[in-house]
Amino acid sequence: MQRDGKEKVGAEGLKVAALVSVGRHPVTGRSRRAEYDARAVEIGLSLVRSGDLSLVHAGECSPETEGALRAYLGMGIDAIDVLQQPAGSDIVPALEAWLRAAGPRVVLCGARGETGEGSGLVPFLLAERLGWSLVSGLAEVESVERDTMTVLQALPRGQRRRLKVRLPAVVTIDAAAQPARQSAFGPARRGELCPLAAEVTPDAAAREWTTAPARKRPKRLKIVKASSARDRFKAAAAKAEGSGGQVLTGISAQQGAEAILKLLREEGVLR
Amino acid sequence: MSEIVRRDPRTEWIARNRLHPEHDAVLAQLHGGAPAAQWMGPNGIIRRNPHAVGFIGPNGIRRIDRSGAQTANAAGASRRDTAAAPARRRVQIDIPAFIIAVVADMPGGRLSAHDRDLLGLARQLADGAVQGAVLLVSFGESRDEGLAEAGVDRVVNFSGEAFDGYAPEQRLTALGGIERQHEPRHWLFPDSPLGGAELGRRFAARQGERPATQVWQIADGQCTGRGAAGTIDVTRGLRRIVLALPECAEPVSDTVHAAEAVAPPAALPQALRRIEDLGAVAVDPAGVALAEAEFILSAGNGIRDWDGFHRTARVLGATEGASRVAVDNGFMPRHRQVGATGTWVTARVYLAVGISGAIQHLQGIQQCDKVIAINTDPGCDMVKRADLSVIADSSEVLAALVELVEGVRREQRNAA
Repeated sequence: MQRDGKEKVGAEGLKVAALVSVGRHPVTGRSRRAEYDARAVEIGLSLVRSGDLSLVHAGECSPETEGALRAYLGMGIDAIDVLQQPAGSDIVPALEAWLRAAGPRVVLCGARGETGEGSGLVPFLLAERLGWSLVSGLAEVESVERDTMTVLQALPRGQRRRLKVRLPAVVTIDAAAQPARQSAFGPARRGELCPLAAEVTPDAAAREWTTAPARKRPKRLKIVKASSARDRFKAAAAKAEGSGGQVLTGISAQQGAEAILKLLREEGVLR
Repeated sequence: MSEIVRRDPRTEWIARNRLHPEHDAVLAQLHGGAPAAQWMGPNGIIRRNPHAVGFIGPNGIRRIDRSGAQTANAAGASRRDTAAAPARRRVQIDIPAFIIAVVADMPGGRLSAHDRDLLGLARQLADGAVQGAVLLVSFGESRDEGLAEAGVDRVVNFSGEAFDGYAPEQRLTALGGIERQHEPRHWLFPDSPLGGAELGRRFAARQGERPATQVWQIADGQCTGRGAAGTIDVTRGLRRIVLALPECAEPVSDTVHAAEAVAPPAALPQALRRIEDLGAVAVDPAGVALAEAEFILSAGNGIRDWDGFHRTARVLGATEGASRVAVDNGFMPRHRQVGATGTWVTARVYLAVGISGAIQHLQGIQQCDKVIAINTDPGCDMVKRADLSVIADSSEVLAALVELVEGVRREQRNAA
């Protein structure tokens, strides 16, 4: 695939940052690059050259996580800044300080982490504290000008919405964006992880939580409230039936089409 | 018929007293003139007459109705009418001790199933030792008439140009106004991609509070939510702002609430507009996955004019679907099949053309909101399921539909 031959949509000298985290493979449980964060890096690479894209990770840097972080380097990145944070600390102040110092125009990140609380709150907190605009669920960046950028936001049901966002902006990326490129082994080995000392804020609230492996949620039962056994049986054995739909018989095709069009308009599915 | 139940104490007394000489005659009269099916014999033994059980149906065949409706007939028709519709308890909360605010997605102006679950959860929180009220906050035009049945005590609706489309900043200031006006004890948001997840997180960040996200259970002042991409459960004390998953609680089913409209806060501060909505982008409906398509035009065995069908789908901007017969006959690709063996669809509007409605197909469209059927057979199962059925030749109706839509578009273009 000719990815690098593609024209970059970003303006000259645009500074883009991507927040990356260590993910967890859903089946094997091994640490890997986080899926959505990798997509964020991919969007970043489509915006600017890899020199203008800075990656930052806030967390521990241990031999296990190093492999996962190097997978981002293997996408064609030279270095990742690693803000040293012990487990059980709040990473938002450290990231906020880093972003204030680096001053990127666009911050890309995955919609939510794959380890820890995974609440997806970090981009919202950063945008609120920095006073930047925030767009969630980005599908594609169309163009970036000096102060604004035009993006496509992914909506449920495969729909897209075009937004004009004032920069600087924090952008979250989920499954609607294009998949990340493969990580190459050589660049991953050659790239550099730059550990940086950062302010550590312990996450006090999280200490009171109890965590357990996810319990399977009970399947909802269909409860039938009926007075007699016959009604309960009828409800259990009944086919799915609409609540007394309107049946138009003996009308012309024209009238039928008008009735259908009226309903389609009411539902707002016709564009 | 008069609603007043006329009682005759003397006949009732005779009916109770089996030793009364007129007992049999009165019983027979009470049972609609038919001979009594059972009576007490002279030795105190119950005697039954099997020939007197049931009634003769319209085809001349004896039918036995065990629902009790037949015997209730004798007791009085008006009483049965009231028993048929299970009455919901009416609840009116005049002075609530506190407010639980629910911010619903309301796609298309109606409560989604997720919203109803959330309202059920809100009722759990509100109906304690001290009675609170559930306040529904909705944006845009509301078209749902069933808010009272869903368990809503108060409604605040923000509509107008400023809240149309994607306007998270305006909505955030509106929620801020609600926060100042009502000071809710809890804020509940649906953790859904329709907007609730984003708005809830924005609101929590603005309030500087840590919400509980992806919550699926609230019990004993603790809430349990998913974490780490759904692989762990995090249990913590109940937070003020809660983002809950679908099926977090049972929807309200036995009460009716007031759903009284409350005026929105008068003076909202002007929000800083950093995001401008440039409108929806036309996406190729054929590229949308069938399972998440919003509007499906589905073809079955009744279709003769396939070119016309494809043309209709293109003009209406609908995603194409098919029944199993149409796929087996090679008219449609396999990945377009709707039903138990194909795709289970979740469309808001499902337009079934020439589909009779096999049970497998009806299973596949269970989650569709509105079903429209075009069929020549008024007795088929799809017509029973559909909200609107047109009994006519499908190709003619589709052609007329295309004509209408194109005509409207042409007029709009000329006007513009």
